[in-house]
Amino acid sequence: MITKAFKQTMGLACVLAVLSGCSSTSTQEDAANAGGVTTGSAATNGVNANDNLDGLANLQSVVYFDFDQSMLGSETRAILIAHAEALKAAPRSVRLQGHADERGSREYNMALGERRGNAVRDFLVLQGVDSSLLETISYGEEYPAVLGSFEKAYEQNRRVEIK
Amino acid sequence: MINRIIILCASLLLSMTVLAELEIQITQGVDNPTSIAVVPFGWQGKGKLPENIANITASDLERSGLFRPIDPDNLLDLPRPGDKVFYRDWSILGAEYILTGNLEVRNNQYFLKYELHDVFAQKKAFSLTVEAGLSELRAIAHFVSDKVYEHITGIKGVFSTKIIYVEAINKDSYKLVVADADGERPSVLVQSKHPMLSPNWSPDGTSVTYVSFETGRPAIFIQNIRTQAREQVTNFRGLNGAPVWSPNGKKLAMVLSKDGNPEIYTLDLKTRMFTRITKHFSIDTEPNWARDGQSIIFTSNRGGKPQIYQVTLASGRVERLTFEGDYNARPRVSPDGKSLIMVHRSERSGTFHIASQDIATGDLRILTETHLDESPTIAPNGAMLLYATRYKGKGILAAVSLDAGVKYRLPSKKGDVREPAWSPFLY
Repeated sequence: MITKAFKQTMGLACVLAVLSGCSSTSTQEDAANAGGVTTGSAATNGVNANDNLDGLANLQSVVYFDFDQSMLGSETRAILIAHAEALKAAPRSVRLQGHADERGSREYNMALGERRGNAVRDFLVLQGVDSSLLETISYGEEYPAVLGSFEKAYEQNRRVEIK
Repeated sequence: MINRIIILCASLLLSMTVLAELEIQITQGVDNPTSIAVVPFGWQGKGKLPENIANITASDLERSGLFRPIDPDNLLDLPRPGDKVFYRDWSILGAEYILTGNLEVRNNQYFLKYELHDVFAQKKAFSLTVEAGLSELRAIAHFVSDKVYEHITGIKGVFSTKIIYVEAINKDSYKLVVADADGERPSVLVQSKHPMLSPNWSPDGTSVTYVSFETGRPAIFIQNIRTQAREQVTNFRGLNGAPVWSPNGKKLAMVLSKDGNPEIYTLDLKTRMFTRITKHFSIDTEPNWARDGQSIIFTSNRGGKPQIYQVTLASGRVERLTFEGDYNARPRVSPDGKSLIMVHRSERSGTFHIASQDIATGDLRILTETHLDESPTIAPNGAMLLYATRYKGKGILAAVSLDAGVKYRLPSKKGDVREPAWSPFLY
């Protein structure tokens, strides 16, 4: 009896999972947009061969960095590979806007923001994107995404926005 | 170039009516400040004056941290210039110096006669007269402060100098503001919808250079303070930043990344020739000239983290100057050439402060106790520096003496105030 009840529950759970899976695909764009903060999953959300024109809208358009760093993490690279595929399929001009958190000096942060933008640019070019489509511009610490002098804000502000 | 938004609105008379946007709060002074009685000045004219010159002078001297003005309510006598001064009475009051003054007006020109008395020596130190128009009464007060400060300390005063800073009202509104060194008489030099940063004075005090995003990208501008005539001097792809005037006023040093990487360049303002100074794949930025103009001190992360380096212009030889702390940036050299002032983070505290390093010995000293300190700028007499910090969630300017004995804040009442630059001596 116990085993049977367990099996029935599991079966119901599977059906619910499939149903919720179906419903989530219909709101995929919302989910991707709301997930602008998270990393990783957006890359797999993505771009399949016949979805290229809408692909960029579904991609996470912001990637994040460690303090005083411009290295791309593995999650960031996965996101950028998806961007590269979309840009190769449907080329368009893209601005890579580099930003830094408020700590340290302003002009150094301008250079750091450019470094981050260039790191994204160079990776996209390595993936086969035409470099003439990409322009890097650094705003340093002038336009924080989140106001405030605390680590959670800093994490959100050390970023490159792909626009 | 699309010249979108330059609203120029600066007039001395207009700014006179604007309430002070900065107010001074002294947080720390020296242990034994000189006691001075600033006697209320006589006024031989009609009506009430728009400025209390004696009060402004007393505030100037107090803000230096080196003086303690005696409360005017405690004064037993109110002598004017020329009156006999009974030194013994002032000595009992604890006054070491007495400043008296008398203001007259003739043909709309204001004449202030002022006298300084040395109580200990029991004699008049000097008796002088200064004149100016009605709109310059604050300038008269600062002039008197300079004379008193210099006579007593032997150091030239900076009360008549100016400061320039950026005020960010919100993310779509920025002002470049010129004000007196005490933050009064603010006047807007540039108003923009886009960020501005890194203002820096020409050595003769007539012009400033700064970075503006008004073209959509960072670009370097030069602007005359008086005529407000302005000129865009760079428009390269990538960084156009951190402009600083050479000591002789003939060149700018700056950072450009037009060749793919942030490098230090100089621009000859006469020939308009750019010369690349650094060659390294890391970040090189925030140049500042050595006092002799023969080398440039700059920030670089070529060692993995930002540290201060010096490049000799003739040989191109680069030498690292800072070794203490895991973040040293935005260097400035003191007027005597002996100290390096910079943004410093120690590995231990992890917080950003302004620090001073003795160039000869390498000894480093942290000068500030505030948070997120940046953009230090040194007064032309080398006694004080201004810097940007955060206080109660707002960007403000604060000052500290180079020996860390005197500290004060200039809190903003409107936007975030940042990126201060102290002018050279203006006379």
